[in-house]
Amino acid sequence: MKGWKELEIGALTKAGSADEYNTGSWRAFRPVWIEENCIQCLFCWIYCPDSAITVKDGKRGEFDYMHCKGCGICAMECPGKKGKKAIVMEEEGK
Amino acid sequence: MSTTPLRLKELSKKEDLLTGGHRMCAGCGAPIAIRQVLLAAEMPVVVANATGCLEVSTTIYPYSAWKVPWIHTAFENAAATLSGVEAMYRALKKKGKIKERIKFIAFGGDGGTYDIGFQSLSGAMERGHDIVYICYDNGAYMNTGIQRSSATPLGANTTTSPAGKVIPGKLQPRKNLTKIMAAHGIPYVAQTTPAHWRDLMTKVRKALEVDGPAFINVLSSCNRGWRTPTDRAIEDCKLAVETCFWPLYEYENGKLTINQKPKEKKPVVEFLKTQGRFKHLFSPENEHLLKKAQELVDKEWEDLLREERMWKAEEGE
Repeated sequence: MKGWKELEIGALTKAGSADEYNTGSWRAFRPVWIEENCIQCLFCWIYCPDSAITVKDGKRGEFDYMHCKGCGICAMECPGKKGKKAIVMEEEGK
Repeated sequence: MSTTPLRLKELSKKEDLLTGGHRMCAGCGAPIAIRQVLLAAEMPVVVANATGCLEVSTTIYPYSAWKVPWIHTAFENAAATLSGVEAMYRALKKKGKIKERIKFIAFGGDGGTYDIGFQSLSGAMERGHDIVYICYDNGAYMNTGIQRSSATPLGANTTTSPAGKVIPGKLQPRKNLTKIMAAHGIPYVAQTTPAHWRDLMTKVRKALEVDGPAFINVLSSCNRGWRTPTDRAIEDCKLAVETCFWPLYEYENGKLTINQKPKEKKPVVEFLKTQGRFKHLFSPENEHLLKKAQELVDKEWEDLLREERMWKAEEGE
């Protein structure tokens, strides 16, 4: 019988491989970013459960629709500019 | 090494150590909290994860959402497993085989922390292991279908405390685990929510800095179990703090500080009424339970205020 040191390492997956998995198909509602109303507060980024808001050099970019499940937290928390939200939810397929 | 300031612009330049593509429900509070914890850490960390939603949904074979060394443990022994890892680290460091400073974080839900993993958690804290245990408390066994736990609030409708003709939801108040952990006399204990990201991240940093055990209890919304729309995770945590259902406080070497005092303490019904699990409490026959829920919150809050006053008086502040 093999000792534990001789056994092959089993069931290892690449760290962070879930990144390759599409959870965007879960979405019933799609968040839409309206850049002109965005004050770059990044609340959407810190409150996103799915790391689905791309940020580069401290500024947000487009949604990562491959991972966004459409929960709507970003739209709820978005303070917007002058009462106008920078994120609105739209029904998918419309 | 310079510390990343707790500003979102700066933090957003750090790598997210929990990736998207995990299978937690849309709008779950737990991954928000986990992302914030990992973003707060400024040193390499090793994570042990008790069985629960977080463990199951972030590591569905052959995928893993974790970019840190991660160990799945059974429901009851995240703290025990991590104690062993930390002890091994200390031994290897002593032998000069590891030079780096590494910290150890355990994540468990309320089921794995308040109930099933409670004895191993208590043991690890008492033995003084240099680990941080973080409980994400969503107030029931959500992973297996919303069974009541000792974290479930009074009156909540769960599948094992079903509100109906026989009982009006859970008959018992929730256990105050944060206080129980403080009674262990460990260097750092705190309570927070992911809605208060700066508070949460400050507390994680303090917990990682202490030499010895630390415990942080994080309120985490579950829209399936709380019966709320998927966009409520942050709003409901804010209400929990504004009503003093979930006060933000910390114990540093036994000394209590309340981190946020609402200017105007909202009635607890403000927190309860947005959630379907408490819907039945608003029927006339259950009015006494709403009253009781308010009394529980008031007592806990007044006790905290009294204790903090005592500390301040002692220090002549």
